[in-house]
Amino acid sequence: MNNKRQIYLDNNATTPCDPRVVDEMVPYFYEKHGNAASRNHPFGWIAEEAVDYAREQIANLINVDSKEIIFTSGATEADNLALKGVFEMYQRKGNHIITLKTEHKAVLDACKKIEKMGGEVTYLDVDSEGMVDLAALEAAITDKTILVSIMWANNETGLIQPMKKIGEICEKHGVLFMSDATQVVGKIPVDPKETGVHLMAFTAHKMYGPKGVGALYVCRKNPRVKVTAQMDGGGHERGMRSGTLNVPGIVGFGKAAEIASKEMHQDAERLSKLRDKLENALIAAMEEVYINGSKEHRMPHVSNLSFKHVEGEGLMMTFNQDIALSSGSACTSASLEPSYVLVALGLGDDLAHSSLRFSLGRFTTEEDIDYTIKAITQGVNHMRDLSPIWEMYKEGVDIDSIQWSEH
Amino acid sequence: MAYSEKLLDHFKNPRNVGTMDKSQKNVGTGLVGAPECGDVMRLQIEVDEETGKIKDAKFKTFGCGSAIASSSLATEWLKGLSVDDALAIDNMKIVEELALPPVKIHCSVLAEDAIKGAIADYQQKNGIEVKAAEKSGH
Repeated sequence: MNNKRQIYLDNNATTPCDPRVVDEMVPYFYEKHGNAASRNHPFGWIAEEAVDYAREQIANLINVDSKEIIFTSGATEADNLALKGVFEMYQRKGNHIITLKTEHKAVLDACKKIEKMGGEVTYLDVDSEGMVDLAALEAAITDKTILVSIMWANNETGLIQPMKKIGEICEKHGVLFMSDATQVVGKIPVDPKETGVHLMAFTAHKMYGPKGVGALYVCRKNPRVKVTAQMDGGGHERGMRSGTLNVPGIVGFGKAAEIASKEMHQDAERLSKLRDKLENALIAAMEEVYINGSKEHRMPHVSNLSFKHVEGEGLMMTFNQDIALSSGSACTSASLEPSYVLVALGLGDDLAHSSLRFSLGRFTTEEDIDYTIKAITQGVNHMRDLSPIWEMYKEGVDIDSIQWSEH
Repeated sequence: MAYSEKLLDHFKNPRNVGTMDKSQKNVGTGLVGAPECGDVMRLQIEVDEETGKIKDAKFKTFGCGSAIASSSLATEWLKGLSVDDALAIDNMKIVEELALPPVKIHCSVLAEDAIKGAIADYQQKNGIEVKAAEKSGH
């Protein structure tokens, strides 16, 4: 890495810690190092107090009771606990779970495991924006259905699902509703109770907190939801998740939640302007640039664009010394398959290979965006100059009519 | 993933980018890959009809950095070779030269296929028996 400041537009992968968060955490590595489960001395009491306080800060952010927050190691663990925990706990009621093809792997792979354990899972298609089909969802519910799991917003496109409507359908059929809300908590207002969400997974490191700590919200009243523990041990977290609490991480998570409560509105407003500036400038500067997902129902800081006839990973190599972001082209993986999320939207594999995801964050500046506009435009033009299919496209050749060789 | 200096150089300063007139009798064109696989290579050779040597080579590639560098390197190597020597270029030589990581070996295979495709096209056009052995197993 060179000395120049790197522009970081991969905040959906992880956000940097806010310095205010780190400051809050530091004492809990040193003088306040106690185990929150130690009941017999001040070190334990101080740690427990700090955890309780953080639990309040996090509960306030999502407008729930602090007793409804179960700390985990992150959103992946929270997703697993919710899905497998509900599957085991509600086995007598049924074994059927409904989810989407565009869910995060933490949900999809947990569902696959549940299928091996005797569960049945329906993976619903989405429309061209990535939106759930509410009628198809309702039609998929059977008397064996125990849970609907739909992510609040998609990590790749930023698309926000019609959560309240899904909640109403679940309520009507008496089915639990779980959501992976990793990308939304701390970014936009999220209120699971008002939305009809009974379980919700989220994590600190997507909201300017530390890695290694997340939470599962589990509704305690109307209905009282229980999950079977997936980690056995000391009976921490009301028996739902054993393991010594990550006190510094939880303190940081709490502080990050408190800051988000106060600042997310201004962050969202500022970032949506920068995002729009970036997107509009790139679309104006070049031909054949497409927005993936929904322009209307979208997270304020996310833009997923396809640059036709340019391969995303190669494109990234033109600027990845300066700008960090993600591509839907999974060319580095052995499978050579592009993003399954974009493919589920009905994008051809070629457009999926041509996509970049820009995810802005609290520390993104206007200068960052101005530089990015220039660098991406140069990169796309460079790659198109090299691209035989761009040349054919410009000559009016119908690319779909060509007999491509398999390899 | 860290790429070699040579690979980055070919990516940033690709050699012999361009398009030849494929209707010319002494021009052979190889087009391999597919857009949905994330790479398409078009490699062209121009053969000197008197000496039987490759006078010029050009490419255009849609793909990742390794695919672009592999095809750029291939065009450099092709110039001045006889058609038979060109047929002997092995993808593993490209892998070595560019220090391609294992997940990128297919890029070198594609470049070898593009060379063979260009030569086959040239030979067909000129009524020469096509000698390019079909590479199997990919």
